[in-house]
Amino acid sequence: MVDILFIGLSLSSILLLVALGLAVTYGAMGIINMAHGEMVMIGAYTAVMANIWLGLGLIAAIPLAFAVTALAGLAIERLVVRRLYGRLLDTLLATWGIAILLQQAIRLEFGLSFFGIHIAGLGSGLQNVPVPGALQGTVQILGHDFNAYRIFIVAMTLILAAATWAVMYRTALGMKVRAIIRNPQMAAACGIDVQRTNALTFALGSGLAGVAGVLMAGFKTVAPDMGATLVVDGFMVVVTGGVGSLLGTVAASGLLGEFNALVAMATNDILGRAAVFAVVIGVILLKPAGLFTFKGR
Amino acid sequence: MLAAGVRMAAEEINAAGGVAGRPIEVIVEDGASDPKTYAEKAQKLVIRDRVSTVFGCHTSASRKAVLPIFERRGAMLFYQTHYEGFECSPNVVYSGAVPNQQLGNYIPWILETLGKKKVFIVGSNYVYPREMAKVSKGLIEAGGAEWVADEYLELGHSEWAVMVNKIKDSGADVVLSNVVGDSIISFYREFINQGLSHEEIPICATVTSEIEIAAMGPEYAAGSYTSFPYFQSLDTPANKSFIERYRAFVGDPAATTYHSLEAAYFQVFLWKQAIEKAGDTSVEAIREGIRGQEYAAPGGTVKIDGDNLHCWLTPRIGQWQADGQTKIVDEYDAPIKPLPYAAYGETAENLFCTREGLDSSKL
Repeated sequence: MVDILFIGLSLSSILLLVALGLAVTYGAMGIINMAHGEMVMIGAYTAVMANIWLGLGLIAAIPLAFAVTALAGLAIERLVVRRLYGRLLDTLLATWGIAILLQQAIRLEFGLSFFGIHIAGLGSGLQNVPVPGALQGTVQILGHDFNAYRIFIVAMTLILAAATWAVMYRTALGMKVRAIIRNPQMAAACGIDVQRTNALTFALGSGLAGVAGVLMAGFKTVAPDMGATLVVDGFMVVVTGGVGSLLGTVAASGLLGEFNALVAMATNDILGRAAVFAVVIGVILLKPAGLFTFKGR
Repeated sequence: MLAAGVRMAAEEINAAGGVAGRPIEVIVEDGASDPKTYAEKAQKLVIRDRVSTVFGCHTSASRKAVLPIFERRGAMLFYQTHYEGFECSPNVVYSGAVPNQQLGNYIPWILETLGKKKVFIVGSNYVYPREMAKVSKGLIEAGGAEWVADEYLELGHSEWAVMVNKIKDSGADVVLSNVVGDSIISFYREFINQGLSHEEIPICATVTSEIEIAAMGPEYAAGSYTSFPYFQSLDTPANKSFIERYRAFVGDPAATTYHSLEAAYFQVFLWKQAIEKAGDTSVEAIREGIRGQEYAAPGGTVKIDGDNLHCWLTPRIGQWQADGQTKIVDEYDAPIKPLPYAAYGETAENLFCTREGLDSSKL
C-alpha cells in the first residue's frame, strides 16, 4: 500500500510540476498558453544540450533551463501575447501556433538540417540525459524500497511549489500579480504597471516549465513532441483546482495523481487514466469554478 | 531514417547501371507518423506521380491506412517493418519479420535456455502488441509455462510506475515486452529505477532496437534481450561494409543500423531483381517476378516467399551489452519460412495465405 501511495505522490508531483507554471500564467493573466508544454520541452532539450556541449549534469542544468525558458517566455510575451490581451480564443490559437513552430524548430534543427548541418542533441530523434548515479535505483526508507529519482522529483516539486508560493505571497511582484488576478483595471488604476508585471509573470511561468522539463528528461523520453500531452494534463489540474488558486492547483494534482495510481493499480493503466478524466468532469460539473475559488466583488 | 536506407540502395543501383539499364528516380514523401497523412501521400504518389512501387510506411496503423489505395489503384507497396501478421495482400511485399520469425524461436529459448516459468506480457495498446501477445500465449502454454499477466499502456504514454510495480508484485521471472516507440525508453528506465534487474527478471523484447537503446542509455538495458533477424553487431564482412556505406551516406560516423533499416535497404534490390526477371515495371510483373527472389542482404540471405510475398529471414536473439550493442546468443542456421497466420494455426504444410490470396475458410 505504501508503494502505491508513493507512486500516487510521484504522479501528483509530476502533474504539479507542469501545472505550477500554468497556474501562474493562466490563473494570473487569463491566457491559455498552449506553448507551455513546449517550454517543458525546451527545458528538457536545454538539459540535453548542456550535457553534450558544456558537460553539465542534470542538477546544474536546472538553473540554466530556468533562465533559457524564462527568456523564451519573455520573448513570446513581448512579441505575440502582449498584443492579444483580453482575446482568450486568439491567444489560444496564437500560442498553439507558437507551440508548433517551436516543435518544428527543434525537429529541423532551426532549419539547418536542410543544409546538411546537424547539431548533436537536436533533430527528430530521441535524446538521452545521463542521470547521476545517486538518483538511479532505489533508496530504502523504513523498510520500503523507493525509486530514488521519484523521491528527487517529489522533493524538487515541494521546493518549487514553496518558492512559487513565496514569490506570490511574500514579494511585491506577487502582491501586484494577485491584485491583477482580482481586478486588472482596478490594479492599473492603483498605479500597478500591468504590462510589465504580466511580462514578468509570463517569464516566471515559462521558467517553471523549463525546470519541469529538466526533471522530466531524467526519466521520460526527450523528443520534440513531448510537451503536447503534458499541457493537457496541466490544464486539467489547473481547471480542477480553480483558476488563480495556487492551493487549488496543489490540491487538485494531489487528488488526481493519487486517484490515478489507485485505480491503475486496482485495474489497469488505461482505466486509471479514464477514471482521472471522469473525476475532472465530475468536479467541473459540480463546481464549475474548480475546487478552490475566491469570491469576486 | 528508413528513407535513407531506400535512397542509399537506389543510389548504389544507379551507380551500377540502374534497373535493366534505366536509372531509378526516387520521390520522397513524409507521412509524419500520421496514418491520415500517409494515406494522402500514398494517393499522391500513386495517382499523380504514377509510381508503380512505394517503399515505406512504418507502423501497422499507417500500412492499414494506405492499403486500400494500393489495392484499388493497382500499385505495389514494399513494407519493411516487422509486424503482427494476419494480412495477405497481393499488393504488398512484406520484407520485415512476422511473429513466427520473432517469437517462434524466442519463447522456447526463454523457457528452455533461460529456464523461465512465469511470463509477464506487457505492450502498447494497439494491434501489434495484442497480436504478438496472442502468439506468445500459445507458445508459452505449449512450452509448459504460464503467463501471469497481459497488460497494456496507452500508445505514446510514458508513465510506467504502476506497471513496473505490478511486475514486481506479480512473481513473474521474465517480462515479454511488445512496447513500441518512445514509451520503451521510460519503461526500461523505470524498470531499473524500481530496483529490478535484468539478471533476475530480464526484459525480453520484440521491438527494442539499437535506436531505443541509444536513446535510453545502454546501462538501463544491459543484460536484457531482443529477438530480431538483424542486429548492427552481426560480425560479417557484408554487414561491416553495409554499416560503413550507410554512415558515409548519411554523413554521420556514429549512425546506427537496425532491423527495419536493413530491410528497407535490401528490399530495393529484391524489387530490382523482380523487374529484371519479368522485364517490365507493371504491378503484375513485379508480383510474379519477385516470387522466390533471393538476395545476399547485410544480415544474410533473404528470400521472398513464393506463396505469401513475405520474407524468409533468419531468427536471431541478441543480448544487450553495456556498449549499446548486442551479443548474439542464439541464431538459426538458415532463413525460415514466414507464416503470417501462425497465430491462427497456419503451418508450412497448411498455408492460409497463398498465391490465390487468403483462404478465409481456414480461419
